[in-house]
Amino acid sequence: MNGELHSLVCLKVVPKSEEVSVDRESKTLDRGHARSEINPPDMNALEMALALKDRHGGRVSLLSMGPPFVAPMLRAALAMGADHAYLLSDRAFGGADTLATSLTLAAAIRKIGDVDLVLCGEESSDGATAQVPPGIAAWLDLPQATYAHSVAFDDTRDHILVVREVHDGEETLDVPLPAVLSVKVSTNEPRFMDTARLVCLRANDPVTTWTAADLDVDPGHLGGAGSPTSVTGLGEVAGAGSGRRREVLKGTPEEEAHLLYERITEFLRSAGMPARGG
Amino acid sequence: MIDPAYTPAEATGIWVFLEHDRGQLAPVSLEMLAKARELASKSGAILTGLLMGHELDAIAGEAAHLDLDRLVVVAHPLLDAFTAEAYAHAAREVILRERPDILLLGATPYGRDLAGRLAVTLRTGLTADCTDLSLDAANGLLLGEVSGFGGGILATIACANHRPQMATVRPGVFARTEAERAAAAPIERVEVDIPASARPVTVVARHRQERADISRADRLVVAGAGARGQLPLIEALAGALHAEIGATRVAVDEGWAGRDRQIGQTGVITHPKLAIVCGASGATQFTVGIDQADLVVALNSDPEAPIFEQADLCVVDDLLPVVRALVAEFESRGEGAP
Ligand SMILES: Cc1cc2nc3c(=O)[nH]c(=O)nc-3n(C[C@H](O)[C@H](O)[C@H](O)COP(=O)(O)OP(=O)(O)OC[C@H]3O[C@@H](n4cnc5c(N)ncnc54)[C@H](O)[C@@H]3O)c2cc1C
Ligand SMILES: Nc1ncnc2c1ncn2[C@@H]1O[C@H](COP(=O)(O)O)[C@@H](O)[C@H]1O
Repeated sequence: MNGELHSLVCLKVVPKSEEVSVDRESKTLDRGHARSEINPPDMNALEMALALKDRHGGRVSLLSMGPPFVAPMLRAALAMGADHAYLLSDRAFGGADTLATSLTLAAAIRKIGDVDLVLCGEESSDGATAQVPPGIAAWLDLPQATYAHSVAFDDTRDHILVVREVHDGEETLDVPLPAVLSVKVSTNEPRFMDTARLVCLRANDPVTTWTAADLDVDPGHLGGAGSPTSVTGLGEVAGAGSGRRREVLKGTPEEEAHLLYERITEFLRSAGMPARGG
Repeated sequence: MIDPAYTPAEATGIWVFLEHDRGQLAPVSLEMLAKARELASKSGAILTGLLMGHELDAIAGEAAHLDLDRLVVVAHPLLDAFTAEAYAHAAREVILRERPDILLLGATPYGRDLAGRLAVTLRTGLTADCTDLSLDAANGLLLGEVSGFGGGILATIACANHRPQMATVRPGVFARTEAERAAAAPIERVEVDIPASARPVTVVARHRQERADISRADRLVVAGAGARGQLPLIEALAGALHAEIGATRVAVDEGWAGRDRQIGQTGVITHPKLAIVCGASGATQFTVGIDQADLVVALNSDPEAPIFEQADLCVVDDLLPVVRALVAEFESRGEGAP
């Protein structure tokens, strides 16, 4: 690393998952009543970056691609201790699949420059693909370490040691910087924002908004137009419990337990898993 | 639009990335092979398995008997441990040479790492975490079905002009078949050049944990945050029913169940006959993991809890006395055992 550590955290703003409902008629998501939040694992990525800054100094930048209403959320994240935020906001970015999303984020990271560590969340609660972080790494030709629980510098400070989760346990990777990380959800406790800092931020707004014209990319590579995949159909609502009986068993706890017992043993018998008499 | 690495007209065949570890093929690879065979027999495509690693003779011999038409083996010392960079480098080289039409990978940590990186270096589209795969009757395109918000909505996604058409599939989504070849499929060893610079990352340690596999358990008793402090009771119910224990993420985060028992979007997709869900609110990220259950029983003290929308039998009550009485009933009658 040459000079101070510069971390950049990719934050995606998503509708709060518990407030999104599905319209069974139109088979679409009703986000109308859902408030927005920063994708939860991205907050863990931010906390990891801030903890590195506490320990090693340096600065933390934030990057988000989304509509203008994302800006206040970036300010709240800045109030936790980050230094600068970049918001990529343009209709041309809309409808991007993972190829176009990662291309756009990578182009912004290149323009911001001098980034040692890019930190993402492990996956987004709405898209849930986990493919953007490796995509960013590929566009920037940087090494990647996904599903990270923790990160530590080695003595030279030009490598990091990352403990990450894999299918059958954990592995420790030695990763040269600059690198792209994705961080496991709830691996740390994101800190509270500092309200004094928030007030000071209002006076001296560190959110830079860029449109497509600010990035050095072919406009044809952005958004829906630049996405090789497209949605060809919206199917019915899967598993939203449409086929479930939703029968309520009522009574005292003992009566409820008894009803449950009867229903469960009857079900097991009919499912060919007979409950053996005692 | 970004120029494709090669065009649909140049592309042929269905490829499945065969993930393996310690000499064992990943279950998800076998599950995908079964689905890929179904697609291949519809389109007449040749089904190829892609095996990458180092010192692969034993596993290649085994893989050649799977239900595939040919096995491509890419062996190199720098592929000894999985790293996304070296694997993507080598896979890209092979794919540009062989030009498959479709490439399927498991949505495991390694599969997703490789897929996300490879799709960008091949400048192609990737449909991640598919819940189903089919071929469009009209044009033969691969259709990937994906769900957003943990199953709240389904979309069908296609990649019209870029090849390969890449998709990942979560473990447990497809059923594997026992189909095997009597005679081994032809094995083609492909040489790749991997410069040391293509493997910047070193795996310095690996800590394996014994992991329970609840994806195929018949019966599950699931602990949510509402069962906090009641784990012995949950264990007693699971014991009485000979069920495996599953958990929501909150329970896992609080450390009273192992991560291998987490059900849902970032956990396991389960297929039980019976799931008894104790004190879970029913977030879609959780319920996507029990959607396939035949019978869902939900206990929750909050009548408004969304879990009741997803359940067959609902008990709106404090779970503690109900589960205690239920356990007593099973124990006194000795029923519930398989
Ligand atoms: C990207 C992402 C991925 C995620 N992946 C997963 C995943 O794979 N799996 C998963 O589970 N979650 C996942 N989540 C989290 C998910 O959104 C929910 O937060 C989580 O499922 C809630 O767990 P819970 O139902 O146990 O807890 P809570 O939501 O806190 O619900 C507890 C419930 O218990 C009830 N209760 C309390 N006390 C009692 C009592 N005495 N008797 C009866 N009922 C009682 C309450 O009424 C409440 O409904 C994910 C979230 C994100 C953002
Ligand atoms: N629009 C976006 N803006 C900023 N970061 C994003 C965006 N989309 C995805 N990311 C980052 O990539 C991670 C994984 O997202 P995904 O691949 O969509 O599951 C997220 O947790 C974010 O850190």
